[in-house]
Amino acid sequence: MTGLRRGGAAIVGAAESDLGQVGPGFNVIDLMAQGITRALDDCGLTLKDVDGLLCATTQSRTSGLNLSEYLGISPAFIDTTILGGSSFMFHVGHALAAIQLGLCNVAVIAYGSTQRSIGRQNASVREINPYETPYRPFLPSTAYALAASRHMHQYGTTRGQMAAVAVAARQWALLNPVAWEKKPLTMEEVLSARMVSYPFTVRDICLVTDGGGAIVLVSPERAKSLKKPPVYVLGQGQAITHANISSMPDLTVTGALESGRQAYTMAGLAAKDIDVVELYDAFTINTILFLEDLGFCPKGEGGRFVEGGRIAPGGELPVNTNGGGLSYCHPGMYGLFLLIEAVRQLRGECGERQVQGAETAVAHGNGGVLSSQSTVILGTAATV
Amino acid sequence: MEQSPLAIYQAYIDKGELAYQWSPEAGRAVFYPRVVCPYSGSTELEWRVASGLGTVYATTVTYPFQGPGHNIVLVDCDEGFRMMSRVEEIDPMAVKIGMRVKFRVHPAEGDQPAYPVFVPAEGSAP
Repeated sequence: MTGLRRGGAAIVGAAESDLGQVGPGFNVIDLMAQGITRALDDCGLTLKDVDGLLCATTQSRTSGLNLSEYLGISPAFIDTTILGGSSFMFHVGHALAAIQLGLCNVAVIAYGSTQRSIGRQNASVREINPYETPYRPFLPSTAYALAASRHMHQYGTTRGQMAAVAVAARQWALLNPVAWEKKPLTMEEVLSARMVSYPFTVRDICLVTDGGGAIVLVSPERAKSLKKPPVYVLGQGQAITHANISSMPDLTVTGALESGRQAYTMAGLAAKDIDVVELYDAFTINTILFLEDLGFCPKGEGGRFVEGGRIAPGGELPVNTNGGGLSYCHPGMYGLFLLIEAVRQLRGECGERQVQGAETAVAHGNGGVLSSQSTVILGTAATV
Repeated sequence: MEQSPLAIYQAYIDKGELAYQWSPEAGRAVFYPRVVCPYSGSTELEWRVASGLGTVYATTVTYPFQGPGHNIVLVDCDEGFRMMSRVEEIDPMAVKIGMRVKFRVHPAEGDQPAYPVFVPAEGSAP
């Protein structure tokens, strides 16, 4: 998206709703509202201040209407773009544009899911595709497995390297008090777990949890007077390459290459300038693909890059510091949680898992079957 | 009433042929069938019958909660289009990227119309 101003908005509030398995009867609008009230508390604003509403969920067809009614607001700006798990990074671009143009002053981005409570098939109704459905793909796993097969074939990436991604995520999760997984995980346990779609065992695949949350964005001027240190949106980019895996042009190259290029250009930064990396790890291959496409290592080198604890706590590059979709929380469309974690890291709120001196972060969202990609680069006051 | 792209495609399958669209303006094959060429925007799309030969581009074996795993592939057909399918007649894990495969029709079962699958092409056994 061109025309967006670097630092043109700041994230001033960020919060999760209840996570994991929520209480009986909670619905997605409850969780969005819970996330919004907590995120507003986080920055000292109230519902009366909110005049921009952006949200996405698979469980409410007109979530913008339902959420507005529930909160008792009539937003001047509303956006319910839904493109899978990356939707919230697209929302950041839209909120930035809206704030920059004066369409709203206080924008909240919200998400909610109860997929663990009601079952994944009920939370996200599978669409019939006459050119794919007859082959009984277990989506999205089958699609990502196809991408992994191609990466293994072209670059020699191994199951062990992918398992290293899962092990690193678990090590980070053990430092996060609200992470779903509480026990250590070994490489051997990843490799010997139940096979879902070769080369993925169930430990190469994200969790199925409930959860939601919200972030609050305002202009940089307004941000200065609020409770917490502002986290500025330095860059945002987006790309859509396909919807179905059979239409993905090259299974080893994602739209993150383009979304990252846009975001880095807007931010005036490169991969080497990024202190904290939050990547949408629905599957272990994702982390490898996005490390490559976002320039942290050359194409094809992602498997070797993640070996030896390089992305684990204490490693050279802190990746998925909350424990990721693999071990912290994954309610179906995980992107918002990457933004929440990036904000907390840049505020220095992360306790045991805090990356010392973090000034810049990337939060990269993925949607569908590697279909939609959106990259957000965030920075502290020192970066604007 | 105009026939849908899917109905035309299915009619070819039902007579044992794998059809795809050719876009004269873009000079390339289009798959899945549609009403507009995604490369040129042209609505002039010709139907052609493929040779049925292709090469495995990507492969996986997906395991249901119970029962044996089944193969799922993406096949690059010789005419320049890619499709999802399944390679039959060999162990699902023995399907390899780069393997040459040949189309055949998997017959209709219940509500599921006939659909294209592949088997190893002669001389391609690993």
